[in-house]
Amino acid sequence: MLRFLAAVGAVFLGFLAGTGRLVMFAGLTLATALTPPFYPRAILREMVNIGYFSLPVVGLTAIFTGMVLALQSYTGFSRFAAESAIATVVVLSVTRELGPVITGLMVAGRVGAAMAAEIGTMRVTDQIDALTTLSTDPLRYLVLPRLAAGLITLPILVLVADIIGVFGGYLVGVYRLGFNPEAYLNRTHQYLETIDVVSGLVKAAVFGFIIALMGCYHGYYSRGGAQGVGQATTYAVVSASVLILVFNYLITAAFFGR
Amino acid sequence: MSDTGPAKISVRGLRKSFGRKRVLDGVDIDCASGESLVIIGGSGTGKSVLIKCILGLLHPEAGSIRVDGLETAGLRRGERERLLQRFGMLFQGSALFDSLSVWENVAFGLVHGRGVEGLRAREVALAKLGAVGLGPEVSLLRPAELSGGMQKRVALARAIAAEPEIVFFDEPTTGLDPIMADVINDLIVKCVREVGTTAVSITHDMVSARKIADRIAMLHQGRIVWHGPTAEIDRSGNPYVDQFINGRAEGPIQMEIRAA
Repeated sequence: MLRFLAAVGAVFLGFLAGTGRLVMFAGLTLATALTPPFYPRAILREMVNIGYFSLPVVGLTAIFTGMVLALQSYTGFSRFAAESAIATVVVLSVTRELGPVITGLMVAGRVGAAMAAEIGTMRVTDQIDALTTLSTDPLRYLVLPRLAAGLITLPILVLVADIIGVFGGYLVGVYRLGFNPEAYLNRTHQYLETIDVVSGLVKAAVFGFIIALMGCYHGYYSRGGAQGVGQATTYAVVSASVLILVFNYLITAAFFGR
Repeated sequence: MSDTGPAKISVRGLRKSFGRKRVLDGVDIDCASGESLVIIGGSGTGKSVLIKCILGLLHPEAGSIRVDGLETAGLRRGERERLLQRFGMLFQGSALFDSLSVWENVAFGLVHGRGVEGLRAREVALAKLGAVGLGPEVSLLRPAELSGGMQKRVALARAIAAEPEIVFFDEPTTGLDPIMADVINDLIVKCVREVGTTAVSITHDMVSARKIADRIAMLHQGRIVWHGPTAEIDRSGNPYVDQFINGRAEGPIQMEIRAA
């Protein structure tokens, strides 16, 4: 029994130590934003990496999500003769929930893993130590641009995903289910409020920060060669995905919880 | 511990452990200004750890590290960055930045550490590449396109690009063929003799140590067990040094070998 409690205690202490280290890592990185030098080119390069190169996968995911949502809503709502609510359900679901969450999870898989692998490789090949010896703060040069790019780019990406997702619902609604195009579009924006889109974009900014933070953190502290880097990419994707779902609930509760 | 003048670098009672393993156990060593000090010792004796502690890449548990009399342990981030502007470092695996071209690697410290303007930094980078025997045609290549010897030379050019007062060389000849190793040794000697740089090298390559060192120190089980001028190493009278420089399996240094 004592041994079991000791094991539970060790896991709990390990969790607390890891959380503390993560918070310190984020805090020290954000503190570098207060003083020059800044690296705007690095931020732009990361924005292109995160945003532009994620567009195909996010676009495809969004359009099929919108299409499936319209189809599923129809099969359910037709039982209650509530088919006219489909357009509203699609637009609210996509802007509030599915757009940010699906985009966040896809980008976590694509970009979070790549960040962890790149920074992890730099760690195990002494490139991060080399940065330090060249009087360059690795947190300022490597991590801060990625955090900034994640924070700025995800909302843009989610806005695009929202539009594509709603368009997917429109395609199914009009061409498969036979809705009148004008009526569908009217229903789409009739009940849509600014807060629906804004809450999704706030989620996106938080998710972008989480993805970049977890990718950089796990890469930065990776050790043990190729195996360590592989582990870092796994941890980066899993922890970012879990945190996205947790923060999705918290932000939803903050915006819409009564 | 230096016999050659006032200490540029002075290390006293340095201790560093990883978990339960104590790697440095009270290291005392000095390096005089303009001197080339080589620290020898077997693999895993803490040579790289010692250098990383001096540079502030690792934090020792106890001891003092002074550079020109200034205590460096516990320096703040900004102070550490300013101090590191006086250092250059050649890493064992070169540690070149994959995403940058050769000249950008060499110019990195000038541009980001010292704020030198891009064109000027490029001129300096090309000059330093020339000094290590690499032509301008190499400057636009990526590190992955170079051989191991060329990567080492680029790393050397990067280490000396800003003409630092102190340069550390971590296993400068490891993994190189004898001819390329001698080329690197010559470049290090040239750097120290012509520019007057203070150099601290770590190696277990005795040919390299004899060529580049003014003074040699031997690290064993976390302590300096012998130090003296290079010319005296063959008559050190120290059994650890004798075993090491003659490469004998028998002696006071016991390698941990597990039976199959």
